[in-house]
Amino acid sequence: MSAPLSSPTTQVDPDLDEDVAGDTPWQAVVWNDPVNLMSYVTYVLQKVFGYPEPKATALMLDVHHKGKAAVSAGDKDKIETDVAKLHAAGLWATMQRT
Amino acid sequence: MRLVATMEEQEASVLRGLVGEVVQMLDGREAESPADELAELTGMRTGPSKRPEDRVLARLLPDFTMEDADLAAGLRSLHEPSLIEAKRDAATTVLRGLPPRGGRVELSVEEADVWLAALNDVRLALGTALDVSEETPDSFPEDDPRGPHLGVYHWLTFVQDSLVQARLSLL
Repeated sequence: MSAPLSSPTTQVDPDLDEDVAGDTPWQAVVWNDPVNLMSYVTYVLQKVFGYPEPKATALMLDVHHKGKAAVSAGDKDKIETDVAKLHAAGLWATMQRT
Repeated sequence: MRLVATMEEQEASVLRGLVGEVVQMLDGREAESPADELAELTGMRTGPSKRPEDRVLARLLPDFTMEDADLAAGLRSLHEPSLIEAKRDAATTVLRGLPPRGGRVELSVEEADVWLAALNDVRLALGTALDVSEETPDSFPEDDPRGPHLGVYHWLTFVQDSLVQARLSLL
């Protein structure tokens, strides 16, 4: 991801994979890419999932620093819908079994 | 609540051209969809099961999964028609809202969300075509033919980020 103006300076618990994974069969994963803006990824995670800003920012930073992050988990239908929403927003997202 | 921006005539014209190109690419992809009698009867469309060969289209319409090629093909066929429609609707909203000679652009929150998605598709298309990476400079050497396009890309980045910041403050 790129940051045209400024990078976030506060980092909030970056490792939320387990928080969204839980005991569920599928997860939606967002991958780092060089075009999507850090600010835009945070906005999309807030808007698509209703996450509060600190959680959306932490997941975005995970994508940025680790290359990917699991952003939601659930049954196959739910995750399929989530990935379609993320694709509509232009994020590089895939689904995988947990 | 409204979000307001102003755009020069030339900026509006450049953006209109790029959004139009994205629409053309999506239309072209849609035309590849298999003809399907069942779809015509039921209204349920199915898209192609293969990933686009064109890398810009492949970035706009990525695979749903890397784990299982059959599942990826099935999910693409199922979801691609509505994704193309959503992206084209977003692009059309921008085309309708761009002032022909530049000037004031005033967006509702809902319109701003649609504009953000469409602007992002344009940046994805242009960024993929230019091979943008984390290391891409602010400008290419003077004799590089991609120079003007990179300038447009960075301008779009600024426009999109400004709109994201304004939109985030309203979430």
